[in-house]
Amino acid sequence: MEQVIQQVVNGVSLGSIYALIALGYTMVYGIIKLINFAHGDIYMIGAYVGFALTTFFNFGFFPALIVSMLVTSILGIIIEKVAYKPLRNSTRIAALITAISVSMFLQYGLMYFVTPQTRTYPEVLPNVQLKLFGTNAVIDLKNIYILIVTLVLMVVLQYVIHRTKVGKAMRAVALDGDASQLMGIDINKTISYTFAIGSALAGAAGVLVGVYYNTINPLMGSVPGLKAFIAAVIGGIGIIPGAVFGGFFLGIVETGVSALGGSLYKDAVAFVILILVLLIKPNGLFGSNQKEKV
Amino acid sequence: MEMLVVNNLHKSFGGVKAVTNINMKIEEGQIVGLIGPNGAGKTTFFNLLTGIYSPSSGEIVYRLKQEVSSCSFKPDKMVKYGVSRTFQNIRLFKEMTVLENVLIGYHNNFKYNLFTSLFRLPSYYKDEENAYEEVIQLLKRFNLYDKKDHLAKSLPYGEQRKVEICRALASKPKLLLLDEPAAGMNPQETKELTQLIKWIRDEYDLTIILIEHDMSLVMELCENIFVFNHGTLLAKGTPKEIQHDPRVIKAYLGGE
Amino acid sequence: MKIGTKKNMLTFGLVLAIYLVVQLLLNMGILDSYIEINMVIIGINIILAVSLNLITGFTGQFSLGHAAFMSIGAYTSGILTAKLGQPFIVGVIAAALTASMAGVIIGIPTLRLKGDYLAIATLGFGEIVRIIGLNNDYIGGAIGLNDIPQYTNWTWLYFSVVLTIFIISNFIKSYHGRACIAIREDEIAAEAMGVNTAYYKTLAFVIGAFFAGIAGALHANYFYFIKPDSFGFMKSIDILVIVVFGGLGSITGSVVGAVALSILSTLLQGIPELRMVIYAVVLFLIMVYRPQGLMGDRELKLFKKVGVVNGNASSK
Repeated sequence: MEQVIQQVVNGVSLGSIYALIALGYTMVYGIIKLINFAHGDIYMIGAYVGFALTTFFNFGFFPALIVSMLVTSILGIIIEKVAYKPLRNSTRIAALITAISVSMFLQYGLMYFVTPQTRTYPEVLPNVQLKLFGTNAVIDLKNIYILIVTLVLMVVLQYVIHRTKVGKAMRAVALDGDASQLMGIDINKTISYTFAIGSALAGAAGVLVGVYYNTINPLMGSVPGLKAFIAAVIGGIGIIPGAVFGGFFLGIVETGVSALGGSLYKDAVAFVILILVLLIKPNGLFGSNQKEKV
Repeated sequence: MEMLVVNNLHKSFGGVKAVTNINMKIEEGQIVGLIGPNGAGKTTFFNLLTGIYSPSSGEIVYRLKQEVSSCSFKPDKMVKYGVSRTFQNIRLFKEMTVLENVLIGYHNNFKYNLFTSLFRLPSYYKDEENAYEEVIQLLKRFNLYDKKDHLAKSLPYGEQRKVEICRALASKPKLLLLDEPAAGMNPQETKELTQLIKWIRDEYDLTIILIEHDMSLVMELCENIFVFNHGTLLAKGTPKEIQHDPRVIKAYLGGE
Repeated sequence: MKIGTKKNMLTFGLVLAIYLVVQLLLNMGILDSYIEINMVIIGINIILAVSLNLITGFTGQFSLGHAAFMSIGAYTSGILTAKLGQPFIVGVIAAALTASMAGVIIGIPTLRLKGDYLAIATLGFGEIVRIIGLNNDYIGGAIGLNDIPQYTNWTWLYFSVVLTIFIISNFIKSYHGRACIAIREDEIAAEAMGVNTAYYKTLAFVIGAFFAGIAGALHANYFYFIKPDSFGFMKSIDILVIVVFGGLGSITGSVVGAVALSILSTLLQGIPELRMVIYAVVLFLIMVYRPQGLMGDRELKLFKKVGVVNGNASSK
């Protein structure tokens, strides 16, 4: 029982990270139908910005989190303007390869400046552990911070998307870009906002990971990036609650598999889930099936 | 002889009934028109006839090259059963040449196997040559020979429609389904098309079912007309009968 | 219509002449081992690119898992030649067959998936193969499989490349290949014309995987040593980049692309720290300025066409 509770705690923390990254994937895919492979690397940059702020400038947790989110959101806007905008009307393959090239550029470009070595985050949160329900399962203060930050960001995101003008524009463009343009929505601005918001969430995930797991390196983004993408696909790509569900689901399944002794296969399990979901419900668990009109 | 029998055909998508209670018998060698307002279920009916959709209930039976019923329909099998079609919004293979497009229509008439194609055994050359000659003949009859090496997407609209008919004919069908063949054509082109369809039927000994909004074409060509409205069959008969059927007039013009 | 027997003889003569000249130069030591390594890399990349082009360029099935087929071929041949002492011919044939069996397995999802979703599924398949390799002790796990006998030589390499190009271009110019192209262009119309799309999509994966398996065997039996991480996601991307750079749907484009990008990659090895950064920038520039690739979907012709049946519109 202890074991189960402990794994759920760990799974929820990992799932929060996946969910935050998955949101950016899903939003960007929803709006420009591009698998933004560089998204995992934005998360990595977020972790490095947080690292620099806390280590060299002695920032606290929340200031570092917010500044990292700002930096990554600007980075996201720049990437979209420089790299993706010129290819908006080209083939899917060209766009996908461009995204991969941006990802490589960020990984190896950063590696050139910070060297490939692994860095260790300073302790920015007090090391407090609580025993749960009188068992030996412990919950760290960090776990609570991660969950709370994630939930707050999601509530804010929901508010932005459903209650603000920008959010309405984003939803309209995702449904039909041409029509929303005719209705006077500035598509370029809307896409920039989408990248900014998505990248900020990834940046937040980067700082959280640094705080939680302590170590970061320039290639840390690729695997969680893929996992987050899987999470987005599981929930149905383009669907925001789907991405959140997919993130938590994948996080819990992964920690569960590791706990049962399959840690070497945990990445494979994620991909098996991905393929099964694609085969059984290609539009994701939250998506509706569409058939091409003849 | 009846080559097509439709019994109590229903098709619904979710809760929407697209086609309900269709009964139909079509004689061999006829040109049959399906008319009706937009959204009346004509194209859905075509998609049922060609296995793209399967019926929610009811049955379609062909007596062409063999007798088959809709439970064994699959889109890629229809050509084998002797049914070929064109599409309302032209679906040519845009980046392929006119010749290659029509050769795809000929697909099921090729006989050499995969191994032969990988190593270019003699039967590859023989079979490809036969196909080439037949297709060239077809293109010449449609006045498309000069355009055979043009990419399909580069042709004007009217010619694209002709290529699509040509491609359907290359499969050597017994029944040809044309979905709005005159859409987007000017009166002159429509007139030529009318003659062409008549000629195709006589030359290739076919049955033709067509969906069309251009009444001049329908009234001149079709021996029998079925009128669709709200997914059901409103009326059937010869062009004369249809023209004077009060229900049809009401459906088209509205009012009392 | 006789299809240019004279042309075929000329091609055959040229193919043989290139082989003999290079073999002679190798024997005389004019082409040293550094050049030989690069020729092997180029040859393997040509096989990989041409075979992926069949799947992605001609049949339109977006695949990010091609390295997995190579990996399966490499390990099959590696195990057979290093552990079971079989001759290379057995290794190569078995590599091709096991890889094409994997092609059937990955071909099945294609019956339901399209575009990006298919790309992700094939990526997942590639990762699963890699992770299984990492965790299998018999084949060395993450450390890799060592001491594979070096059987790959110029003769094996050259004739494998020629065979790949010969078979795949023959396939493309048959009604089977035209059916594949039709699927790429419009799947619903292809189906309505009697093309069994499920069969042809799977077939494209099987043939593509077959040759990727051969490429894997050549790789394993040249470099002595293989490990699962050599055949990861990035390797699949590298192959896809060659195909897109050369031109989707152009076999000669894939050949030219493989040569060009292999040389670029070798040149960049001189500056290891910036290598990947420059590669990324080059990729990006290609996608922006030449997204259709070097050749588009046209082919480079060695000889003037003599009444070819499938006269394609290369003039346009």
